[in-house]
Amino acid sequence: MSSETKQILTTDGIPLEVSLKKAEKKNKIKAFLLVAPLLLFIIITYVFPIGDMLMRSVDDKMVTEMLPKTFKSMEKWDGQDLPPEEVFESFYFDFQKLIEEEREGKLSTQLNYTKNGFKSIIKKLRRKSKSFEEGNYKEQIMSVHRRWADVEYWRAIKRRAPAYTYQKYLKGIDMYENEKGEIINVSEDRRVHRILWMRTLEIAFFVTVFCFLMAYPIAHLLATLPMKYSNLLMICVLLPFWTSLLVRTASWMILLQQQGIVNDFFVMIGLVSDDNRIEMMFNKTGSYVAMTQILLPFMVLPLYSVMKTISPSLMRAGKSLGGTPFVAFWKVYFPLTIPGIGAGCLLVFILAIGYYITPALVGGASGTLISNQIAFHMKSTLDWSFASAMGLMLLSGVLVIYWLYNKLVGIDNIKLG
Amino acid sequence: MALPKYTEPHYRIWHYVYLTICAAVFFFLIAPLFVIFPLSFNAEEFLVFSDGMKRLDPDAFSLRWYQDMIYGTKNPWGLAAKNSFIIAIFATIGSVILGTVAALGLSSRHMPYKGLIMAVLISPMIVPLIISGVAIFFFMAKVGLAATHTGIVLAHIILGTPFVVITVTATLSGFDHSVTRAAASLGSDPVNTFMKITLPLILPGVISGGLFAFVTSFDEVVVVLFLAGLENTTIPIQMWTGLREQLSPTILAVATCLIILSTLILVTAELLRRRSERLRGINR
Repeated sequence: MSSETKQILTTDGIPLEVSLKKAEKKNKIKAFLLVAPLLLFIIITYVFPIGDMLMRSVDDKMVTEMLPKTFKSMEKWDGQDLPPEEVFESFYFDFQKLIEEEREGKLSTQLNYTKNGFKSIIKKLRRKSKSFEEGNYKEQIMSVHRRWADVEYWRAIKRRAPAYTYQKYLKGIDMYENEKGEIINVSEDRRVHRILWMRTLEIAFFVTVFCFLMAYPIAHLLATLPMKYSNLLMICVLLPFWTSLLVRTASWMILLQQQGIVNDFFVMIGLVSDDNRIEMMFNKTGSYVAMTQILLPFMVLPLYSVMKTISPSLMRAGKSLGGTPFVAFWKVYFPLTIPGIGAGCLLVFILAIGYYITPALVGGASGTLISNQIAFHMKSTLDWSFASAMGLMLLSGVLVIYWLYNKLVGIDNIKLG
Repeated sequence: MALPKYTEPHYRIWHYVYLTICAAVFFFLIAPLFVIFPLSFNAEEFLVFSDGMKRLDPDAFSLRWYQDMIYGTKNPWGLAAKNSFIIAIFATIGSVILGTVAALGLSSRHMPYKGLIMAVLISPMIVPLIISGVAIFFFMAKVGLAATHTGIVLAHIILGTPFVVITVTATLSGFDHSVTRAAASLGSDPVNTFMKITLPLILPGVISGGLFAFVTSFDEVVVVLFLAGLENTTIPIQMWTGLREQLSPTILAVATCLIILSTLILVTAELLRRRSERLRGINR
């Protein structure tokens, strides 16, 4: 446009371009204000608390705050030989303060996490330190117990100096940092968490595969049958979908028990004898069967909504061009359903990887997942920072899949029922 | 799906195999629910079919577990049902209001950062419940709302809004915005336009989102397990404790009631979906 062209003005004399921009901005603010209440609510009550979990999982301020002087004087100590008198002295004063506040028990618990054997020597120090004389604290503390004269224990204390730690994350994958600061595996018989991670992945993967294999034929049937039949059959998919998770788990507990109907049936057809009925509950089988049935609708629905859009004439065209029904299916129909397969598989996998209720009830010891371990640490051991660390490790995995899902399917395309 | 007469035999066989597979999968999906009905009328307290039941002897059936559910001593179900309904109703109202308003903003083509904001709003549905449970518990404990109805309602609003946002944005995607412009040009203010024009048109979507939010809250156990005290026990919590400890047929009586409730909800949701599709002119 040349500069000579007259600028278009609105009735109140403002250039049209400016006026449009203003209106656009106003609309933007309007739209944003509508979303703002929910967005703020979710951020405050949900996103920030997840951030809080992150803080908790790395937080190690407790010991840092209990022994402030000790850690200050330890800064100069290289950790090779026993620390100098200065460290012993500040440790003594820190410790006396803790006794006054009756917090020395907490210190012993915390230090015991780092190195076994602190509990008893702190108890002993507490008893003996009442009669300590002024000066030469090094000699006095070392005479309480021979472990106080062991440099390993002082190194263990020094390791607790930083206010933040990634120890809990190492523990989550069965590793730890030893005295020399090397990161190594825990001994083979104590690697419980890796087994759990692998089992969680394994169960989530196979449940997804089973769901896919079972959902594909019925989604196809639902999409190709005439409306009046498919609506009726759709109820078989939707009723479990709307039914309480606990009700469905309860029905599997009844079915799979040793005196249950499935075992009765096996005995009847002579598959197993009456006195060695199969144990299908409180193990992996229980988790597999129940989770597959519970998550199946989440696979059927996305597949169905994609298959519904595929015109039957495509298959007919494929056949009329000389393909056998199998070739026509494989070359024409199947590729068109891939978006639905992607959506269904990712959804089922995401849901399966974080499953908690069903494995806890029918999984027994060999069928529980990482979620159950998180709940165990939240409720029983009360090691909340470890539970947070494991939770965030699980979350980061889920977020990767969520991102993938968003890329491939788009979250706005999630369909419900 | 009748086969044409000229179908070759091996395709014919494959077709019947395929139908058999489908029948088996449908059976696998729906049959487990039907085990609950007869066993909840069991006269004995075992969770297996007694010999009497197999002979259809009337004496082997009774309503004692339903009586126990309603009149039993130290009965937890009454309180649990009351709590569940109160919490679910308030959580549904909260989710529907927040979710619908947000969906209106999200469907506007002027909305900035739509993808990112949508991802944040939907996240409570995607993040594993156990993690949501831990995070929400930390928050509620900090602000002193743990073990209160308010805390649980707020938690369920968090979990319920994604469903409302999804269903309402889906309904709005087929919405003809010229009708609201027409209303505005005739002098209606935005609130009036929403109440008189937009809301009636998107109502099926709003209600089905609300049903999802209701069911999510009514069926939610993981987060409540972290948040609830003895006073806030809900039906899912009672079922969870029951299934873990004393598996009694009373649970099956409750489960039967829940299946009936979910059937009602399913029927409502289906009717709404069809109405919504008719209104939006999607013919299938």
